[in-house]
Amino acid sequence: MSAGFYYGVEVFLNGLMAGVMYSLVALGFVLIFKASGIFNYAQGVMALFAAMTLVGIQNGQVPFAHLINAVFGLHVTHFGWHVPALLAILLSVGVMIVFAFIVERYVLKHLVNQEPIILFMATIGLAYFMEGFGDLMWGSEIKTLNVGIPQGGNTWVEESTAFLGGDDFYGFYLDSLDIVASIVAIVLVASLVLFSQYTKTGRALRAVADDHQAALSVGISLRTIWVIVWSIAGFVALVAGIMWGSKSGVQFSLSLIALKALPVLMLGGFTSIPGAIVGGLIIGVGEKMFEFLIGAPFLGGATENWFAYVLALLFLVFRPQGLFGEKIIERV
Amino acid sequence: MLYREAGDYKTTYAKDNQTFPIKFDRVAYYVLLLVAFCVVPFFINDYWANAVLVPFLIYVIATLGLNILIGYCGQLSLGTGGFMAVGAFASYKLMTAFPEVSIIIHILIAGGITALVGMLFGLPSLRIKGFYLAVATLAAQFFLVWLFNRVPWFYNYSASGQISAPERTVLGVNVTGPNVDAWAQYMVCLVFVVVCAWLARNLTRGNLGRSWMAIRDMDIAAEIIGVNPLKAKLTAFAVSSFFIGIAGALLFTVYLGAAEVGEAFGISKSFLVLFMVIIGGLGSIFGSFAGAAFMVLVPVFLKNFLVGGMGWPTDVAAHFQFVIVGGLIVAFLILEPHGLAALWRVTKEKLRLWPFPH
Repeated sequence: MSAGFYYGVEVFLNGLMAGVMYSLVALGFVLIFKASGIFNYAQGVMALFAAMTLVGIQNGQVPFAHLINAVFGLHVTHFGWHVPALLAILLSVGVMIVFAFIVERYVLKHLVNQEPIILFMATIGLAYFMEGFGDLMWGSEIKTLNVGIPQGGNTWVEESTAFLGGDDFYGFYLDSLDIVASIVAIVLVASLVLFSQYTKTGRALRAVADDHQAALSVGISLRTIWVIVWSIAGFVALVAGIMWGSKSGVQFSLSLIALKALPVLMLGGFTSIPGAIVGGLIIGVGEKMFEFLIGAPFLGGATENWFAYVLALLFLVFRPQGLFGEKIIERV
Repeated sequence: MLYREAGDYKTTYAKDNQTFPIKFDRVAYYVLLLVAFCVVPFFINDYWANAVLVPFLIYVIATLGLNILIGYCGQLSLGTGGFMAVGAFASYKLMTAFPEVSIIIHILIAGGITALVGMLFGLPSLRIKGFYLAVATLAAQFFLVWLFNRVPWFYNYSASGQISAPERTVLGVNVTGPNVDAWAQYMVCLVFVVVCAWLARNLTRGNLGRSWMAIRDMDIAAEIIGVNPLKAKLTAFAVSSFFIGIAGALLFTVYLGAAEVGEAFGISKSFLVLFMVIIGGLGSIFGSFAGAAFMVLVPVFLKNFLVGGMGWPTDVAAHFQFVIVGGLIVAFLILEPHGLAALWRVTKEKLRLWPFPH
């Protein structure tokens, strides 16, 4: 076996890892779409906001420091304490739950029964709002997020695979962070599936996803369910934010991963949790392999920007409901 | 009192179908045109042209285009920025390849090229709908920007990857390049806006416009009553992209002068135009004007108020602007999902009865 082949395998593995990261974001979309039929464009910004909140709490930043300084002419920046990572994560989860309440109370409640497209555009507005709000609250500079996840190449994987190739092969390079992210994603999906299958709330969630009116008529409160779903989506956003934030810093581009999650959803289908995972893996592997085999040598590189969308576009032409989506039935 | 249709007898079918059925509206429309063409050019200065009027006029064309696609035909598109880039690069290539041809013709051809590209990316709309289509148009956005970034032929192998508009004249007056007068920029854009708005208004109330609206309201039912979905959807994409291409060409040649594709025509431009359509009102020509005016004026106003008036740092003001714009969009969708156009309609209804409400 040549070194080129092993390099290809390494690209494949790294694609899988990147795919896991996409899946993490896509999961949040699927949860909200299933429960309320809302295509939540703000999911990416939620991840950014959650990560910013986490960093802010950890470092003891004063919220709205820039605004306060501008209005009152003060110079406050930090409270001067450091919150341990675990406590900070719990507090951030709290913030995301409060956020879910606010969204339900001030946005969703008023938009019941609107067309899906109006709801989608409302979430775009929400995304803009949160983006500005997050920057006002915590500042817009790039922050480093450190909650104790190991980073850098994993030497164990590298050493234990080095024997596969010849003298010029040193083993597969995998980022420890990506490995942790994969494990977290597996745990997250497993617990979400268990939650929705075996708890009372989970059953209510599935009932709402199935039929709003029937769920209402057996006494399930839609508004409570929405708050729960948005809270869970906020939690998933926090997890995605932690992973992406640890990888590349907490910055504006984090919110753009939401756009990357869209083709993932289209491949997997909007209503399927396993679909989100499989779609993410296909997109991750696909774009890395395409860049490695065709993009970099023939097309001048950076094909990762559009490959996912074009793949999804071509795919949809043949199977409009996605891999695992429910069959689209239309009536007049 | 003046705003009445009483006494305004319509004796022909043409009069019955006119755009402004109330005399007051008609007069106001002609006065507005007169002011726009004969008064404003003499008083315009660089600040007003660059900060408000020229971007407003250009975005009106883009908003009209997107409104035809979303508001009239119901096909959600997030590829506006990419299509504007097509218009800009097409006009750039034409201007540098055929310097002797008038720039007006170049801009029109650029619109035509964008229409073809739009139709190509509109093809999937025959199979996929709603959000799925929105994501499919994202493919257009990212692919086109990547294409213009990576293929040196499009930017004539310039070292920086930027394109910059060479100097061109219309009737002996500079309209592009560094030595351009504010009034010339304004007049070129104004002429395009008036023609485009006239075109859009008449297309949308004709046969074509009705087939678009039938598709929007329910595509299967429309197909059953004999609307050809292929024709309706592709023409909507073509006309919409034509307008957006013209807007992109004007934005680059007349307004910006030099452009870097990722920065000038990125995804944020797509959202900006989408917001203009939403805030203005889906499926309304007046709404396109109102939405564009609103989205151009709000940042200018906020900047003047927060930075100039209250002395805030610019970055805080910029973040605040995001909060305001996002909040406004949500508020609009909750309070008036049909946008400023609907507010305007309600106001007019009230005015017709005022001051006697019965």
